[in-house]
Amino acid sequence: MAALEVEGLARHYGEREALADVSLSLADGQTLVVFGPNGAGKTTLLRVLATLLRPHAGSVRVLGSSLPDEAWAVRGRVGMLGHEPLLYRELTARENLRFHARLHGVGEERVQELLDAVAMGARANEPLRTLSRGMVQRVAVARAVLHDPELLLLDEPHSNLDPAAIELVAPLIGAEADTAAADPPVRRRTRVICSHDPGGDIARADIVLGLRAGRPALLRAAGDVDVEEITELYR
Amino acid sequence: MSGVQAPERPAQTARSPVRTVGLWRTVGALLRKELLVELRTLESVPGMSLFAVTTFVVFHFALNRGSVEGDLAAGILWVTLLFAAILGVNRLFVADADQGGFDGFLLAPVDRSAMFIAKVLTLLAFLVVLELVAVPAFALLLLGTPLGPALPWLVVTLALGDIGIAVIGTLVAAMAVRTRARDLLGPLLALPLFVPIVIGGARAVSPLLVQAHPPAPAARWLLTLGLYDLVFGLIAYALFDFLLED
Repeated sequence: MAALEVEGLARHYGEREALADVSLSLADGQTLVVFGPNGAGKTTLLRVLATLLRPHAGSVRVLGSSLPDEAWAVRGRVGMLGHEPLLYRELTARENLRFHARLHGVGEERVQELLDAVAMGARANEPLRTLSRGMVQRVAVARAVLHDPELLLLDEPHSNLDPAAIELVAPLIGAEADTAAADPPVRRRTRVICSHDPGGDIARADIVLGLRAGRPALLRAAGDVDVEEITELYR
Repeated sequence: MSGVQAPERPAQTARSPVRTVGLWRTVGALLRKELLVELRTLESVPGMSLFAVTTFVVFHFALNRGSVEGDLAAGILWVTLLFAAILGVNRLFVADADQGGFDGFLLAPVDRSAMFIAKVLTLLAFLVVLELVAVPAFALLLLGTPLGPALPWLVVTLALGDIGIAVIGTLVAAMAVRTRARDLLGPLLALPLFVPIVIGGARAVSPLLVQAHPPAPAARWLLTLGLYDLVFGLIAYALFDFLLED
């Protein structure tokens, strides 16, 4: 079953074309890694898939629902980690996660579990504006997976994280969903990751999409992609 | 509007195990967050209150008279409260727009009307605190008659005016916040829409702020305020979802 089905997707901002003629299909549990230079349309693609932007042309189905008409059926099943942490600076990490937990109907125990998972338990009661960028990013990771989403949309998820923090968040945003109480206990999570690190991220991918000026320049199974081809996108 | 869409949504299936959250639980979560942010930052209410008190002080000296009453008193009170309210309206969505709060909210499986209701309640709370400070200051600095006997009807009139200001203020703030000129656009859009509230409020309150005032204000002005609240409440409720849309 396809988690994502995109056909001829286009999106523009005023006169500027941000995405054009993007088509792809991603099966449940697969990981798509999107490469491309700044302004190539990676973030726009993620925001369309997250229902935050409307497609201007083409068809987009996410988790079986057509966008934008059935966007309400997708919300709550998608977790997004973007450039902005989507957290309030004046609130503490705990207050921010509690707020999002209430919006997603998630219990308080999950908040504590995630604060511990991202090693923020000791600083959980300090306003975010007093924390380092890396710490805020760890809280943002916790926010993105708070409701155990079926589809994770990750825009450069490791930005601002040191190597130890990258290791810390790896299980949370990894391919295997954190569903100890679920049946079956482990399932593969569908992910779309925007990256600038071909060396590291091709290994995580099932499918690789390369974007240049909003248009697909490369779409192939990860096993058939060479790092040099990705590097070429940036030249 | 999502409130209209809700009944059409199919029951959750095994394929879509998303938890949907009830409207009032969402409103509660948003309201708690709004008040917490204001308590931490003190960006809106203290500024609104200080503005109102300062304006009364300026009027006290500028008018060069010991006290005011009747039409003049009612006009000064309502116009001052209105401009103070604009300060709160301008700040209402800033944290959401600047810190990604809109996106966080839009990603959740909740009724979007909850944000409208929570913001109206937030602004109402701000206005009540403003008036707890501003009305006594007005009585002390400017009013020539005792406020006590007029207080019950003054509270009713202010409450009706506050509802209108909160509803229109929320609608206008949501329109303006994503524009570059939001600090200018908010007041420019809001002030014309606030004019009927000032007229209704000042006409209702004016007879109460004289020595021998009638027992109650003219019902037609209270009805005008109530009707205006209702009409704009419905318009804002219907439009708000579209303002959150891309």
